[in-house]
Amino acid sequence: MTTELFTGAEMVVKALSALKVKYIFGYPGGSVLDLYDAIFQQDEIEHILVRHEQAATHMADGYTRATGEVGVVLATSGPGATNCVTGIATAYMDSIPMVVLAGQVPTTLIGNDAFQETDIVGCTRPIIKHSFNCRDLADIPNVIAKAFYIANTGRPGPVVVELPKDLLIPQNKAPFSIETNVKMRSYNPNINGHPKQIRKAAKVITEAKKLVVYSGGGIVLADASELLTTLVETLDAPITNTLMGLGGISGTHENFIGMLGMHGSVEANKTMANADVILALGARFDDRVTNNVEKFCPNATIIHVDIDPTSISKTINAHIPVVGLVDIVMQQLLDELKAINYSPDKEALKEWWQQIHVWRDMSNVSYKQVKGEKIKPQRVVEAMYRITNGEAYVASDVGQHQMFAAQYYPFAKPRQWINSGGAGTMGFGLPAAMGAKLAFPDKHVICITGDGSIQMNIQELSTCMQYSLPVVIITLNNRSLGMVRQWQDMVYGGRHSSSYMESLPDFIKVAEAYGHIGIKIDTLDELDSKLEEAFSIKNKLVFVDVLVDEKEHVYPMHIRQGGIDDMWISKGIKA
Amino acid sequence: MRHILAILLENEPGALSRIVGLFSQRAFNIESLTVAPTDDNSLSRITIATSGDDNVLEQIVKQVNKLVDVIKISELTDRKHVERELLLVKVSAMNDKSRTEVKRITDIFRGSIIDIGKQVYTVELTGNSEKLNAFIEALNNETEIIESARSGCVGMARGEKALRV
Repeated sequence: MTTELFTGAEMVVKALSALKVKYIFGYPGGSVLDLYDAIFQQDEIEHILVRHEQAATHMADGYTRATGEVGVVLATSGPGATNCVTGIATAYMDSIPMVVLAGQVPTTLIGNDAFQETDIVGCTRPIIKHSFNCRDLADIPNVIAKAFYIANTGRPGPVVVELPKDLLIPQNKAPFSIETNVKMRSYNPNINGHPKQIRKAAKVITEAKKLVVYSGGGIVLADASELLTTLVETLDAPITNTLMGLGGISGTHENFIGMLGMHGSVEANKTMANADVILALGARFDDRVTNNVEKFCPNATIIHVDIDPTSISKTINAHIPVVGLVDIVMQQLLDELKAINYSPDKEALKEWWQQIHVWRDMSNVSYKQVKGEKIKPQRVVEAMYRITNGEAYVASDVGQHQMFAAQYYPFAKPRQWINSGGAGTMGFGLPAAMGAKLAFPDKHVICITGDGSIQMNIQELSTCMQYSLPVVIITLNNRSLGMVRQWQDMVYGGRHSSSYMESLPDFIKVAEAYGHIGIKIDTLDELDSKLEEAFSIKNKLVFVDVLVDEKEHVYPMHIRQGGIDDMWISKGIKA
Repeated sequence: MRHILAILLENEPGALSRIVGLFSQRAFNIESLTVAPTDDNSLSRITIATSGDDNVLEQIVKQVNKLVDVIKISELTDRKHVERELLLVKVSAMNDKSRTEVKRITDIFRGSIIDIGKQVYTVELTGNSEKLNAFIEALNNETEIIESARSGCVGMARGEKALRV
């Protein structure tokens, strides 16, 4: 009996099938034509052709953030692969699992500066969890299996697999075998919290008078929101989310005190600053959270739960570090609290919550919409929330609109909020929304964006047409790079250096040129009705261009170099 | 403060570049670095001499450990250990006086002269970094150093303790 032999290209497809991949997001080119030929000859995996490789990475990323499944990107060698770099960095900063298959020139030409040769493994080294140079055809299936395993375990992240052309061509064949139950001696993430640390954490929590739970993207990645809600209710503690952690607990939960950090709520930042115990769950004390680390929450004992030991005590020293998967550690903590007959200190809690409500009242001054004046961007997000019953998937670009969406759209569930938090990648929103829409065609999927960001991947309107991805694009059009302009107003004496978007296109015509529907909104009177109209159109992409007040700033905002609760709450007014 | 880190990692292409890249990416310092396969050919051992305060060292150890190719990392300088570095140095030996002095200093430091030219001696010396520094200083006082090459240090914990898979 002869063993069946396969080409490398066939092996890639077979391996992806074995790993239950449904979609590949990519763009063909010389070095991967054999792979595209193999994709053409099968029906299990659908290839989504984008219009720029960066969009392939963001679309895979958005698909992953919405579903939890690993996104797969395919690009050719050289510029195809380098176009993926920004998307890989975006996924890396937000710990999103992704496998990027990058073509490469034949092994015999590597190092010769061949046509479309770039050392993509070298280019991406600082922004990946791991990478592989495939050099032997027979290794392909197991390399891909390892790439998935590494991408999706421990602290997730992107993995790059480089595939030289001579491994994919029809002339070279080998038997196919794949081990999907991957074991590696050099990689064994620690998933259980150390019992001694759990006991210490439980003790500190029991003694706390002013406890706050601070949770981040780790909760979303671990699909641990139910457990988090149980824990918060057990403790009856206030909970704040990072930008990445929104939806980790319902935005309307009574214990939720809003987002914290640079544009966080007053009560969230005040609560953090005055807490005696901070329970950090899957969050990393990012500089957009802490403000000046020297002044960060001076009286708090910090319990830091994270799967990645390097995140612990990197910026803020943790008194009780717990390394483990956040869902497992929360369960361990709940078990321990039960074992020691924990019940919250009712007296202390009452006082703590009274104080928090005082801070909450300080927050309610954030914007004023006057009839007859320009539309406030916040008002648009509120309308969007109301019309979609708070149930939409909202993919955001980067800038003021991103912060307004985070502040004014309380997310009920994890994975609803899809944004580039760590890298802050403009151009992320539209392709990410497309990835979410591909996964959930029957749900409202919004791309909230600005007149700057949308132009960074606007070519994807064409992909939306090809694959029928009727996302609703809501552009908060302020004819400026709003966040840049805000900083220039506040820090650079109002000198608007290159923050205007001069010669803006007519977005309605752009949308129509791609075959979609465009709706322009420029007065407050028509805001609600026209937005309702936009969301009522189910089978066509609607591009809503909302002209908003260009002078509006995002508040609250950290005062630079201050403590976490040193904030501007409106123009010229400190908290 | 100076630290010596011993790292055991998969002997894979690109593994070294990940380590070096990590140090430059995160602005960690490298004083010296040596790398070679171990008795088990599937493993490489890297020894890095670095410097930094306790927080920096903690991050270095954690970040290196996080690399997928890394199996183990151990800081040698926080416990009893032995460390050695190899020096090859080519010195001017033009006349009797300098030849005698170089020979004498080499003997005192228990090095050996491993090659001679018409006007040069090449000397080999192993020891810890401090000893090598002292030797170079002594040579400098007596003759001219034409070329020198140091291996960077390697080390091991004393006693039974071993860094292995």
